[in-house]
Amino acid sequence: MSDTRTRIEEILKSHKVLLFMKGTRQFPACGFSNTVVQILKKEGASFETFNILADPEIRQGLKDYSSWPTYPQLYVDGKFVGGCDIVTEMHQAGELSAVLSGATAS
Amino acid sequence: MPSVDTVHEVQALLQAAFAGAPGAHVEVTDLTGTQDHLQAIVVSPLFAGKTRIEQHQMVYAALGDLMRGPIHALALTTRAS
Repeated sequence: MSDTRTRIEEILKSHKVLLFMKGTRQFPACGFSNTVVQILKKEGASFETFNILADPEIRQGLKDYSSWPTYPQLYVDGKFVGGCDIVTEMHQAGELSAVLSGATAS
Repeated sequence: MPSVDTVHEVQALLQAAFAGAPGAHVEVTDLTGTQDHLQAIVVSPLFAGKTRIEQHQMVYAALGDLMRGPIHALALTTRAS
């Protein structure tokens, strides 16, 4: 379990804007994951994706790490930003670009 | 297979957790008719002062094991008022 946590923290440290999703950005395997990919593209954000379907350990471990039971999950600077609903709300409210640009500027 | 009563179960759990206060409102809809893609709108004074993430985490905590199996997707809207 603590190994999983260490792995998660290393993955989070490796990318400023990181989307844990079902599938990949080219081939999203879930409509909600695809929604967030499209929003990040619209925001012009540079981001990495992690396919949790290919990694059962992270798939379960990250749920415990974030107290969040579903995917996708968006992280900026290692901090959990939200799932599909929250990211969509932030995008529509114009709040997401500040969070994303804070990440790319630093 | 999801239980045919997942919607009612979710409605009951959320009502028990959040609808005790005045002005609270819980509305659960089955988006696909298959009992596993649900939408929930939860308005509760208990959310006051909480971030969206904290509000959604409170909802997930109230649903417990339902989120680990029967519910594939839950479109969630939470507000304090």
